[in-house]
Amino acid sequence: MAFVGAFTRRPDADAKVRGAARYVADLDVPDAWLGGTVRADVARGRLVRIDRDPGFDFTRVVVVTAADIPGRNVVALITDDQPLLAQDAIEHHGEPIALVAAPDRATLLAALAALRPVIAARTPCFDMEASAVVWKRIAIDRGDVDAVWAKAHRVVEGTFHTGSQEQMYIEPQGCVAWPPDRHGVVVVRGSLQCPYYVQKALMAALDLPAERARVVACTVGGGFGGKEDYPSVIACHAALLARAAGRPVKLLFDRHEDLAVTPKRHPCRVWHRTAVAADGTLLAMDIDVRMDGGAYTTLSPVVLSRGVLHATGPYRCANVRVRGAVVATNHVPYGAFRGFGAPQTCFAVERQMDRIATELGMHPVALRRHNALAPGDRTATGQLLDDSVAAHAVLDAVVAETGCARMPWRTQKRGRRRRGFGVSLFWHGAGFTGSGETKLKSRVAAAVLADGRVEVAAAATEIGQGTEAMLRAIAADSLGCGAADVALTEPDTGRAPDSGPTVASRTCMIVGGLVAQACRQLRDRVGGDEARPFRDRAAAFVRDGGDGRVEVEYHAPPGIVWDEANYRGDAYPVYGYGADVVEVEVDVATFAVKVLRFCTAIDVGRAIQPGLVRGQIEGGSLQALGFGHLEVVTTQAGRLRQDRMATCIIPTAVDAPPMRVLLVERPFQHGPFGAKGVGEMPADGGAPALAAAIEDAIGIAVDAVPATPERLLAAWLQTHPEEAL
Amino acid sequence: MNAAPTAVYSPRSLATALAVLADRAPVTVLAGGTDLMVELRTGRTQVASVLDLWGVEELRFVRAEAGGVRIGALTTITELRRQPSLGAWPLLAACAADFAAEQIRNRATVGGSLGTASPAADLGPVLWALDAVVRLRSRDGVRDLPIPAFLLGYRRTARRADELIESVWLPGRLPTERGAFVKVGTRDAQSIAKVVVALVASRDAGSGQVTAVRAAAGSVAERTVELASLQELVGRRPDAAALLAVSRVAASRDCAPIDDVRSSAVYRRHALQRVVCDMLTSTLEVPLEDG
Repeated sequence: MAFVGAFTRRPDADAKVRGAARYVADLDVPDAWLGGTVRADVARGRLVRIDRDPGFDFTRVVVVTAADIPGRNVVALITDDQPLLAQDAIEHHGEPIALVAAPDRATLLAALAALRPVIAARTPCFDMEASAVVWKRIAIDRGDVDAVWAKAHRVVEGTFHTGSQEQMYIEPQGCVAWPPDRHGVVVVRGSLQCPYYVQKALMAALDLPAERARVVACTVGGGFGGKEDYPSVIACHAALLARAAGRPVKLLFDRHEDLAVTPKRHPCRVWHRTAVAADGTLLAMDIDVRMDGGAYTTLSPVVLSRGVLHATGPYRCANVRVRGAVVATNHVPYGAFRGFGAPQTCFAVERQMDRIATELGMHPVALRRHNALAPGDRTATGQLLDDSVAAHAVLDAVVAETGCARMPWRTQKRGRRRRGFGVSLFWHGAGFTGSGETKLKSRVAAAVLADGRVEVAAAATEIGQGTEAMLRAIAADSLGCGAADVALTEPDTGRAPDSGPTVASRTCMIVGGLVAQACRQLRDRVGGDEARPFRDRAAAFVRDGGDGRVEVEYHAPPGIVWDEANYRGDAYPVYGYGADVVEVEVDVATFAVKVLRFCTAIDVGRAIQPGLVRGQIEGGSLQALGFGHLEVVTTQAGRLRQDRMATCIIPTAVDAPPMRVLLVERPFQHGPFGAKGVGEMPADGGAPALAAAIEDAIGIAVDAVPATPERLLAAWLQTHPEEAL
Repeated sequence: MNAAPTAVYSPRSLATALAVLADRAPVTVLAGGTDLMVELRTGRTQVASVLDLWGVEELRFVRAEAGGVRIGALTTITELRRQPSLGAWPLLAACAADFAAEQIRNRATVGGSLGTASPAADLGPVLWALDAVVRLRSRDGVRDLPIPAFLLGYRRTARRADELIESVWLPGRLPTERGAFVKVGTRDAQSIAKVVVALVASRDAGSGQVTAVRAAAGSVAERTVELASLQELVGRRPDAAALLAVSRVAASRDCAPIDDVRSSAVYRRHALQRVVCDMLTSTLEVPLEDG
């Protein structure tokens, strides 16, 4: 194996560093018009009509409303409840009402201003606890929690809140669409994670068969989940405009529009009641999860699913009851963001573990070690963990590195700058939840080119995370050739089979696994003396008329069974494990939190490209720390308050602490070269460990994140009323 | 989103710029653009026409004058940090070091910051504490206004529509004086202040009495405000308890903070009090109380 596990240069690095990579806004499209969107300025109402300013000459532009949609007026995803353009009901601020295409920006802006929706306002609901409309409920039951409470040494309760979070990918969203060509094919290029999701949406909106809806992912400037579902909206809008205008249309969001209307992390409330024995054994876990889904279903049911499936944390417990609900409000729909529901429930269970430790007078490391999942244990859904279980390994790794098991927990500190530490232990299911992968039947193709190189065709997108380098290393080592002998197709529904969306920490394990499988088959088929270069043998093979193309389809590893109706069985093929230790200094004058040191141990099964894996872990961890104390995302009357980068705060490089990343590799027998997933897991553990460290430093409970200085002060003044002004 | 202005004037001389102001009103002055460009983009500010001063080299200078220093309006924040001739006013460099990011510092100017008159401006408290005098010029002549007479309200100044901010003059400082600048931002870099304070103070080496104190704060009222209550310290020999008391008075009386997207009124008052107390303690070299 020459490339797996080694440091190789990213194939995309050179163009990105030189500024030569072409993002969607860089595409030079002759004769293209610019698109724009007329939006609702209330959070809830009824669209009465759209007035047109008679002073504007509408023959200069193209206008599209719901009446102009040839197919179904829905954003086809899970539940078809979200219209592409409002027809009657307005359910959130910024909801699209009409579209305009114009030859230049000034005309576009004038036309947008000349279209005036008349909306009869209705009373919106912004309180998820008060919402009566439920997008999805999930229940998990194991054992009998109610039989345990009376027998327990202690019963500990807690309620925990997490806020929303903005992905803040560096490139705002956008698409370019072309009108149907002479074969009736509509082409869309855009900044997107999931070409086949967009294709599905286009087919519904424009009433097209698959072969006439072609979607290509451009170079993508980051996604973090934010470009999982929303590009379907932009792509359909652009395609409707292109169809109406009879020319290509660029629909590009600026940062303000992107911030205002694209989906962010679900705000969440989690209640815990836990029965524990005197030695710290978890006897029963009763958990209630509630998430704000916003105005339409979008991805909320699956976000909730991952949330509840991770709600117990990586701990052994015989009696578990989890109730989850994601409800409707009149917020802009919340959606996918790295971690996908797990960071919320992980925060809650980890803070609950600290609360239990404090109640029992146990060290938080000891309590976690006592309950951490080990091979042979079962999860809340009854899944037997027998392969690649690394909860103890990652915890041991950070303990050895930081010495945190000997640091005193919750002792009284003095002085203006007070230090504390926190630890978190977490897990993350790799790949789609439940039977998702089985239903998806992902496919990947590999084909020998005339010169003996191999072209790997997959719809996986390079969104900055290193997909290309990772897939190329897997392909090269599976074929026994050089990395330069592997070419990757563009993620193009016209050329690459549906290898599924680029989400859910699945690209390495699932798509990479298919690439390895296809390439191994190709290697066997080409055959010959392996002492000779593969490229020479492969070129000869196809020259001699051999069939140099292999296409493979995903099948779940044997023994993986999931009962969707009862939430029983193997929720994920396998889990990755992680542990974080955060050390902070809190200034009790300003309540500024400085992260002094951050250490994380992450089990990815096998690091295909260790440098990129470390990059993923560092970046994800910094996002998690931001989620913990810096990143405030709130609304006022349904409208985002942090409407620009100056107020929508994320950590900068200066805010990043020194990071120690420890790679733990417990190979998974069904993963390519033993690999599991990495993308999301680092988003899970940072916030609870940071909250614990703040709590340890200044002695106030941190049950909600982001733990901003304002929130910390408010809590501080409760216990130090003499300091109030 | 917003339509572009109908005219942009890019004069190369101060005289031409003043003529544009006098003859082409209303004209919005652009002196760097780090605020105006963002405002235009969001559509919150509508402008008919723009006077871009970037090419007016006459406004780009720093020179000794009348026992102090005169700083041209187009002097960038980067220059405040690097100009050796500003060494006697270290608060300027301290402020510039914490100011936004490299690219912003290269465009943002002293005159632009003053003209925008944001209540959250980092430079406002510094210039106030340093007793700066703003020079305004029109075709009719010049007016010199001390900062308190220049900064009138929320993004509102005493500049008339036909006037440009030409420069600010700072008086020379006494060797006994010590200064401090503290910004409490939303993060460690590239942030807008939640509270920002500049303070200069001096005490008599022999008697230990405070001889002068001047402090101003930003982001705690609709404009930069002076912490006038600190004048109580002049002529006294304050101990730590006195500094705590006076900082509490200042945080209660001298500001009128609000809840907004960056912070809360309660937090701003609290942070202001703690920061001011700390700055007084260090600049006046008052020993900390035990415990």
